[in-house]
Amino acid sequence: MPDQRLPAATFEDLALPLFDQLYNFARWLTEDTSEAEDLVQETYAKALRGFSSFRAGTNFRAWMYRILRNSFLSSRTGLRTAVVFNEEDQDNTPPAENSTPESLLIEQANRQMVQQALEELPVHFREILLLCEVEEMSYQEIAQTLAIPSGTVMSRLFRARKALRSVLQQKLQGGRHGL
Amino acid sequence: MACEAWRGKLDAYLDGELEPAQATALSTHLRSCGACAADTLERVRMKRSLAAAGRRYEPSPKLRAQVALSVANPRRKIGWQWMIVAVPAALVLIASVAVNLNVRRENARRQRVYSELADLHVAALASSTPVDVLSTDRHTVKPWFQGKIPFTFNLPDLQGSEFTLLGGRVAYFAQMPGAHLIYQLRKHEISVFIFQDRGAEAASLPLGVAHALSFSVESWKQDGLRYFVVGDAGAGDIETLSKLLRSSG
Repeated sequence: MPDQRLPAATFEDLALPLFDQLYNFARWLTEDTSEAEDLVQETYAKALRGFSSFRAGTNFRAWMYRILRNSFLSSRTGLRTAVVFNEEDQDNTPPAENSTPESLLIEQANRQMVQQALEELPVHFREILLLCEVEEMSYQEIAQTLAIPSGTVMSRLFRARKALRSVLQQKLQGGRHGL
Repeated sequence: MACEAWRGKLDAYLDGELEPAQATALSTHLRSCGACAADTLERVRMKRSLAAAGRRYEPSPKLRAQVALSVANPRRKIGWQWMIVAVPAALVLIASVAVNLNVRRENARRQRVYSELADLHVAALASSTPVDVLSTDRHTVKPWFQGKIPFTFNLPDLQGSEFTLLGGRVAYFAQMPGAHLIYQLRKHEISVFIFQDRGAEAASLPLGVAHALSFSVESWKQDGLRYFVVGDAGAGDIETLSKLLRSSG
């Protein structure tokens, strides 16, 4: 019987091209350089060990991100954020006031401001926005990465975008009053 | 379907997750509905600024080398004699992987910049008001930008050439305001973008001539400014317009 599993040599070919993206994602999750470095190393070590159980045909990228995210959630920082995480079904983001037209909102919001707003979002909003907009994952891949149903991906993305707009709006208004 | 119902599908549409039939119907609706089209453009902008803001952190070369080494070494037992060959080989491998990754990243960035400029070009032409200052006179168009963008520039005299200036508008690229001029050549519209050449964003922009998504692009630096000429006209025409702009700048 030929071995159905992928030979170990191809792990490197599959996994190394993801290195920069995985680090960026880890750094956003942990908000700390050395924690992010540990997390990336841990992810590669776990993935290499578990690679024999990885099935060809399933999505490798989603699999790697899932390992990284699970490792993060079981880390000390991850456990702290998990408290917030359980409340995700309550929509407690303040409603976005439409006093600033969207066009102005985005033109005024510079890169740094968008980054600060992302930092302020709870992890479950931040991660889904990063997976969708930066990693350009499909809803299917996001669902696999976060281990949630595809339908939840859409509604969580919707709430995450709304929350981001609301934070940006507050920042712009705050900045204006502060002058 | 009412606009309200379409708006609910816009995010999925822009994320490329709408069924093909619905996506076609939605894009037909967008062509006829200014309000929904404007909403779409804003969402595209938000997506784009998030994509740019989210690419924030670069791993250290040390971590890269550690990870590359950890996966490049399969857990095979090898005698020490092999190390004489294996260690230099591993080093070469790590170096080549690092170079390869850099090249790939650079290519991806180029593609992003070009497609973003092509998007700006197409979005302007598709808009009901492609230009905010409508004039064929460079002496009208240039002063219009005063106070709207943080720099000034010169435009060429087009007498005796086939090009006509249609007008200009303010464009934002990588969160930098700049000038977007639209020229006409026969049936083609060509966009000229001028941005300040400063900051990491500008420094990373590709120079030279390229073809992306069937558009021709030419870019150069001049007097602290970055010029991009984008259009579906032939590469020769793009070059001619670029020369005219260069000689006046």
